[in-house]
Amino acid sequence: MMTSAFGHYFSSSIGRKQLVAMTGLALCGFLVGHLAGNFLLLMGSDAFNIYAHKLASLGGLLILIEAVLASIFLLHLGLAIKLNMENMKARGAKRYAVKKNTGRGTTFMSSSMPYTGLVLLVFVILHLINLKFGTHYETTVDGVAMRDIYKTTMEYFQGTGATAWYVVAMIAAAIHTSHGFASSFQTMGWNHPKYFQNTKRLGYLYAVAVGGGFAFLAVWAHLKGV
Amino acid sequence: MSSNNNMTLNLKIWRQKGQEAEGKLVDYRVEHVSPDMSFLEMIDVLNEQLIRKGEDPIAFDHDCREGICGMCSMMINGKAHGGYKNTTTCQVHMRLYKDGDTIVVEPFRASAFPIIKDLTVNRAGLDKVIIAGGYITANTGNAQDANAILIPKPIADEAMDAAACIGCGACVASCPNGSAMLFMGAKVSQLALLPQGQPESAKRTLNMVNVHDSLGFGNCTNHAECEATCPKGISIEHIARMNREYLKAAFTYHEKNRSEGGA
Ligand code: SF4
Ligand code: FES
Repeated sequence: MMTSAFGHYFSSSIGRKQLVAMTGLALCGFLVGHLAGNFLLLMGSDAFNIYAHKLASLGGLLILIEAVLASIFLLHLGLAIKLNMENMKARGAKRYAVKKNTGRGTTFMSSSMPYTGLVLLVFVILHLINLKFGTHYETTVDGVAMRDIYKTTMEYFQGTGATAWYVVAMIAAAIHTSHGFASSFQTMGWNHPKYFQNTKRLGYLYAVAVGGGFAFLAVWAHLKGV
Repeated sequence: MSSNNNMTLNLKIWRQKGQEAEGKLVDYRVEHVSPDMSFLEMIDVLNEQLIRKGEDPIAFDHDCREGICGMCSMMINGKAHGGYKNTTTCQVHMRLYKDGDTIVVEPFRASAFPIIKDLTVNRAGLDKVIIAGGYITANTGNAQDANAILIPKPIADEAMDAAACIGCGACVASCPNGSAMLFMGAKVSQLALLPQGQPESAKRTLNMVNVHDSLGFGNCTNHAECEATCPKGISIEHIARMNREYLKAAFTYHEKNRSEGGA
C-alpha cells in the first residue's frame, strides 16, 4: 500500500539509506567543527575555556543545537541498525561454504561498518560521561567565572587506558568514515565518473585527517601532563 | 595447447533435494576433462557418469551457453560465475583449472533466491522487479526512422551498457546484503537515460524499489562487490542514477488517482 511517494520514502530501502547518508555526512561536518575547537587545547587553558564558555553561554540555542545533533545521531544509529538487521535476513541464514571476495568490491572498511559503528556508539556514551558530564572545575579568566573544561580534559587523558581507548575509537572512526564518506555520496546519487574517484580520495583524506587529528590531541594531552 | 581429455578434477558440489530439504556438499571425481570444455560441459560429463551409475544427476540451470541468457548461476570456488572478469559460468573454460584441482560449486544464495534443487535457484524475484515497471508503456508501433529521436552517442552508449544486464543474479549472490540494486539500477538507469523512458521514470522507480524491498532483497551498503562480479560489467554508477531518480520521485511525484495506482 502506497500512502504517498513521500511517505514511502521513509520506509523504503533507498529512502532510509539516504537518511543514513545525510545524517552521516552531517555528523562528519560536526566532527570537523569539534576538532577545530579541540585544537584550541594547544593554545592553553584560557583559549580553550573561553571557547567552551562561549558555546555554553549560547544557552537555549545550544540546547537546540545539541538536541538536533542528538536526533541526527540517533536517527543514523537506529536506521543503520534496522537496515543491517534486514540485510542479515536478506542474505539468508544459510551461507556459502566458500565465499571469496573479488578484492575489487567489498573491503575491510565496508564490511566492518556495523562494528566500527558500535565502537563509536560506546565511545560517544563514555565520552559524554567522562568529559561533558565529567568532573566540574571552576576557573576565572579575565574576571569571568567559567567551567575549567581544560582541566577536566587534561586530567582525563592522564590515564593510559583512557588515552589508548580514545585512540582505538578514533581508528574506528577513521575506518568508518573512510567507507562512509564516499558511500554517502553514492547513496545520494552523487556519483559521476568525472569526480567520484576524487570523492573517494576526499573520504580517505577526511578519515585520516579527522581520526588522526583527534588521536593526535589525545596523545599530546597524555604526554603533556596536567 | 593439447586437447586430450587428461584432466582429473575433484569437485565438491552442493546437493539438495528440494527447497526445504537439508543440503550438503558432496565429493565427486571427474576424469577425462578436456581443457577445451566449458564449466557446464564438465558438469555434463559428470552427470553422464552419475546417470550411468543410476544416480540422480546434478540439477543446474543453463540455456544459451553463450553468455547471453543469464541462466547459468552458480558459485565456483566462492565466486559468482567463477569470478573471471565479464564471464558467465558457461563461458568459463576448464583450461583455467589444473589437473587435480578441487573446485567447490554452490548455488547462488540469498533469501530472495530459494533453492529449487541442487544448483538451481528460483530467481523469479528479479522478474517481479521488472514487472513492477522495467519497461515503457507507450505503444511503439512500427519501427521508426532510426534518427527520428536524437540521442547523443555517449548517452546511448551508457544506456546500452546498462541494457547489457542479462538478469543472472550474480550481483545478488555476491552481495553481502543480498541486494538486487545493481540489477534494478541497470534497468531504471537505462530507461531514465533515454527520452522514451523519461516520462514514466518517477513512477517506475518508486514501484520497482517498492517491489524490490517487499521481496526480501537487502539494502545496498555500497560494497560494490556486485560490480566486481557482474559478468556484464554493469557499473554501480547506475545504482547512483537510480538513487537520484528515486530521491527526485519521492519528493516530486504526485499521482492524481492514487487509490488505483502505486504498488
Ligand atoms: S547486473 Fe550484472 S550480475 Fe546483476 S543480474 Fe545483471 S548481469 Fe547479472
Ligand atoms: S547459459 Fe546462458 S549465459 Fe550461461
